[in-house]
Formats: sequence, C-alpha cells, structure tokens
Amino acid sequence: MISLEQREIMDTLRMIEEENLDIRTITMGISLRDCAAASMEETARRVYDKITRQARNLVKVGEAIEDELGIPIVNKRISVTPAAIVGEASGAQDYVPLAQAMDRAAREVGVNFIGGFSALVHKGYTGGDHALIASIPQALAETERVCASVNVATTKTGINMDAVAQMGRVIQQTARLTADQDGLGAAKLVAFANAVEDNPFMAGAFHGVGEPECVVNVGVSGPGVVKSALEKVKGQSFDVVAETIKRTAFRITRVGQLVAQEASKRLNVPFGIVDLSLAPTPAVGDSVAHILTEMGLEYAGAPGTTAALALLNDAVKKGGVMASNHVGGLSGAFIPVSEDAGMIEAARIGALSLEKLEAMTCVCSVGLDMIAVPGDTSAETLSAIIADEAAIGVINQKTTAVRIIPVPGKGVGDRVEFGGLLGHAYCMSVNGYGCQDFIARGGRIPAPIHSLRN
Amino acid sequence: MVKSIVTVVGHDKVGIIANVAVLLAKYGVNILDINQTIMQEYFTMVMLVDTQGLTTSYHDLKEALDRLGEEMELSIRIQHEDIFRSMHRI
Repeated sequence: MISLEQREIMDTLRMIEEENLDIRTITMGISLRDCAAASMEETARRVYDKITRQARNLVKVGEAIEDELGIPIVNKRISVTPAAIVGEASGAQDYVPLAQAMDRAAREVGVNFIGGFSALVHKGYTGGDHALIASIPQALAETERVCASVNVATTKTGINMDAVAQMGRVIQQTARLTADQDGLGAAKLVAFANAVEDNPFMAGAFHGVGEPECVVNVGVSGPGVVKSALEKVKGQSFDVVAETIKRTAFRITRVGQLVAQEASKRLNVPFGIVDLSLAPTPAVGDSVAHILTEMGLEYAGAPGTTAALALLNDAVKKGGVMASNHVGGLSGAFIPVSEDAGMIEAARIGALSLEKLEAMTCVCSVGLDMIAVPGDTSAETLSAIIADEAAIGVINQKTTAVRIIPVPGKGVGDRVEFGGLLGHAYCMSVNGYGCQDFIARGGRIPAPIHSLRN
Repeated sequence: MVKSIVTVVGHDKVGIIANVAVLLAKYGVNILDINQTIMQEYFTMVMLVDTQGLTTSYHDLKEALDRLGEEMELSIRIQHEDIFRSMHRI
C-alpha cells in the first residue's frame, strides 16, 4: 500500500482504539494585557469580549480535526494572562467578578476549563496579587470552569514563605467553601515553584507575560500505549525498556505535532509548543502507575518506583523531543493520584504514601498532584508540604507543584469523588507532627547557589 | 488529491468490499488502492482513497461508514492519511 504498510496502519488504529491514545488538550493561550481598565466592571467586560472573540472557533476546529484524523481530542481549553496583572489597574479588592467573566466566556465558547486566575508572587506581592489571592476561595466556589494558580517560588528568586503560608490557608478555605462537593474547589488550585508560561494542562495553565497575543499549545497523552509497548518486552533489560519508551513517545508526539500544526493553521493562530506529557485518566488502560508496574513493581510506591519513574520521564522526553519542532510546557510523566487508576489503587491499599510521592516528584514532570488528605489537616501543614515541594523544584531547577485537597469531613482511607477526569481518591495519611513555628516565620528562603553542586 | 485511509476489520462475510465501495462511490470518494488479508477468519481491509470529490462533509461520510459498519457487524474507519504518515515516517 503506497509507501505505508498495512501493519503500520493497523498499529496506529490499535493505539487509538484499544490503548487510549488521544490528544489530551488543545489549549489556546490568550493575552489579556490589553483588557486592563480603571474599573473591575469594565475589565470583566473586556475580558469576556476578548476571550469569546479569540476562541469562538476553538471547539469547532478541534472537533473537525478529531473527525478527519480519527483521534480523540479530549479537551479544548483556554489559558489567559495571570488575572492579577489584568485586574490590577482597576484597584479593586474583589476579583470574583473577573473569575465570573472568565467562567461565562468559557461556557460561551464551550471549553471545559479556563486557566489563569493566577498570580506570580515568587519574590513578593503587588496590590493586585494580594487582591487576587484573597479572592481565590470565593472565585472557585462561585465558578465552574475557572482554574487558579499561584507561583510561590523560583530557582532564581528562592521561596516566598509569606505566600507559602497564605496558600495553606487559601487551599483550606477553598476546600471548605466547596465542602458539598468534597472540596472540589481545591482540585482547581495549584501552588507552583518554577511555573512555566506555556503549560497547556490544567489546573496550572496560564498565558505567560512573555507569550504572544494568542497561541495554540497541545498536550499529548498515551500512557496506555507505553504500557502495551512494554508488555511486549517483558523481562528484558532496562536498555530495551528505555529504547521502547523512546520509540513510543516519538510516535505519540508526532501525532501531537500534527494536531498542533493543523489547529494553528485553521485557527490562524501561531503554534506554541507540544507538551510531551504522559497524562493519565481514571479509565482502565490509561494509567502511568501501570507503566511502573509493567516494569516489574508490584504497585506504584514500592521500592524502585522513583528509579522507574526517572527512567520513564527521561525516555519520554528523549523520544518526544525529536518529534516536534517546539517542545515546552511541563513535558514528562504526570502522577496525579485521583486521576490514575493504578495510583488510586496503590493509595487505597497503602502501597503509596505522601512521602513516596514527594520523592517521585523529584524525577517526574510536576509535583504532588490531586491528593486527597483529611479535612482536619491544618493550614500550616498544607503550607509546609508546599514549602517542601517548592524546595525540591527550586534546588533541582524544575517545575514542582502542589494540588492537594483537604476534604471537609473526611478522614484517612475515606473515599472521595471528584467526578469526570478529576477521578476519585482515598484520603491519604499526613504526617501530623507540628510545623506551626516554621511556617509562622515568614519572609523568604534565599535563592540557592548553583555551583559547588553535590 | 486529498488522501484518506479506510480500514475495515471484522469477521469475513459476503459483500464487504462491494458494500463499502458502493457507499464510497455514492459520496464521491475515489478508491486508489486496496489491500486485504484474512487471518484466522478475521477480515482486514485497508483502502487508500481520494476524498477530493467528497459530496458531503467528512463528518457525514464518517457517520455513514459507522452505520454501515454497525449493519454489517464490522469496524469501519476513515482517517486522513496524515496521521499514519506522521506517526510512521520522518
């Protein structure tokens, strides 16, 4: 068959139909810097108008590409300029109307999430940052599709411990205000270290200030494809494992590149990046944890898990980077606990602990993600978890994040239902020893030295 | 020329090629090449087609093939050739 072999065609079909290969998201990044106005009302109006104008064809184009290429594009999403910057000129203290305008716009154009209710405070706060962060709990309780994020640390600036302390309280309040949905609001809130400007994945996506007016970023997926590729090399050495993952990641990413180019052409918006991430869903056969077990571990969390994840993460990048002309975002393996059938099971039976997850975040693409903890976890403990995670990111010059949900009324082992792609989880146990005095200090942990590395 | 790949997979029976070909002709799709194998009673057909002259939307053609697939208890897919080419060729 004209230069393509039947085997190759059937391989592609199998990846899509049996192994859950999909494009996880086409995310349109939209700058809202020109929406700043002297009043919050006018700012919100401009924000709504601009988003609905720029993204009016996003879903339609995504669906047409889906039809023609025959590959599911699971999500169409939007990221915008950090809202703290957009709303600052209004002098308003309440940013909830801005979140509501984003939510209405998202609903109008048909996207399921919009990211960028965000502030970047790694070195300190401006007036707008203060107002936005204080508005997060209410904003997430009163909107459906808005995602919020706060960058509290970078390798260049160190860790803003005042922001870390505040984020513990903000996460707790957000969960409490959405107590009737198992604290769902906190599932749409991320505390970052070294946040990236072109991440297409929620809840941490925002359109960075160095980005163009409008851009299309694509996030690929396909843990099921990697797992079934590894099933064919059972018992073979890690040299073979790494090579197999690289080859598979290359193919997955080529599809991402194709979709990104098509979307960019049809939307008449520049192509930004392909994010090489392996993003799981709660569906059977779409799990990153099951790739780790396929490598020979009984459960994710068993000794050896960090090494297995390090190999996976590195091989995905090596395979993917050749397949796309611009790679960016978070690029690597995601380990969101509630969104991954294998992780959920490992957490349920106690094979996977919060401490092991922390170790895993040293070698994977993001951080502590979608972890349910008991509702009575103190704000200081949440802050200290963020501080630990930020330290890993800052010292290792990588992005780390915390998306943790203190579920009101739930204790260790209780089942929590977030629904849809956010999945379900069992509350994990948290080390309960005190850290109040540590968090109460405030100030900044200085930027690290990057010579004398050992 | 706009090339797509039609794949048909399922239990072998009378009239698979005929029915698919008639449907494609009705929608203005030109068949360029056909490759077909039977392995353990499993019928697998791969067709290279040109959808340049398509008389409806791609979506409608896809749905019509889906319906035919359901009637004949087969899986029938049509996809732009690009997805295969990008995955298997540099």
